[in-house]
Amino acid sequence: MISPSGNAQDSTQTWEIRIDKEADIVAVRQQVRELAKELRFDQFAVAALTTAASELSRNVWVHAQKGVARVSVVWNGRKVGVELELVDQGPGIANLERALAGGFSTSKSLGLGLSGTKRLVDEFHIESEPGRGTKVVIRKWKKEF
Amino acid sequence: MAGPIPILKIGPTLLATIQLELHDTVVDSFQTDVLEEIEKTGASGLIIDISALETVDSYVARMLANTAKMAKLMGTETVIVGMRPEVAATLVRMGYFMEGITTALSLEEGLQLQRQRSDAGDTE
Repeated sequence: MISPSGNAQDSTQTWEIRIDKEADIVAVRQQVRELAKELRFDQFAVAALTTAASELSRNVWVHAQKGVARVSVVWNGRKVGVELELVDQGPGIANLERALAGGFSTSKSLGLGLSGTKRLVDEFHIESEPGRGTKVVIRKWKKEF
Repeated sequence: MAGPIPILKIGPTLLATIQLELHDTVVDSFQTDVLEEIEKTGASGLIIDISALETVDSYVARMLANTAKMAKLMGTETVIVGMRPEVAATLVRMGYFMEGITTALSLEEGLQLQRQRSDAGDTE
C-alpha cells in the first residue's frame, strides 16, 4: 500500500480516508500505523501516533458522523514526519479552551481526548467553529538517534 | 459466546485473549460476552491478555477498566496481562493510569496471581 519513495523529499504523499462509519476509525489508525512503521519510527512513536489518530478519528465519528482524514509524509529539512489532518462539518466545539484543558467529556471518551492526544504528538493545531465544524492537524517527527 | 474474541476456561479462571484490531462494536460485545461467561461458568478469576494489541486508545482502556470493575461487582477478580511497553507509555502520557486495575507482565504471572488469590480466598 505504501511504496518506498526514492525521492520522498519532493513528493507529497497523501492518503485520504473518508470517515462515515465506525470501522473507518480502524482504517485511519491502520494507515497511520503502517506509514509510521514504513518510515521506521520507533515503537513508542508508532503507538503514540496511532493512538492519537484513533482518538481524533473517533471524535469525528462520534461528534460529526462524517469527515475526512488525510495522512501525509511531511519534511522539515532532513527530518521526516507524519501529518494527520481531520476535517469535519460537525457541531464544532463551543469552548475550545475547556476541551483542550482536559477532564472534560461530552460523550464516550475518558475526557482526556484532546488534551491527552496533544501530549502524544509534537504539533497540534485545532480550529473549530460552533455549527460549522472542526479541523485538527497533528504532526509527529521521527527522532534521529 | 458468539463474539470474535475467544474466552476459554482454565480451572476456575476465564482467559480472554484479544488478538485482533479492535472495532468499537467488538469492544462493546466483548464486555457483555465476558460478563455472561462469568455468570455461566462461575469463574472466580478473569485474565484478559492484551499482548497482541499494538494500540490501546482511551476508549479501549476505559472498556477494559470498566469490564474489570463489572466483573469485580459480580465477585470475579480481573488481571490484565501482557501490556506492551509502548502501550503503557502512551496511556500514561495521555494521563490514563488504569487505577485500581491489577496487571501482570505475562500470562504465566497472571495465572500465578489468580492462583494466589484463590488460595488466599480459601483460607480466609
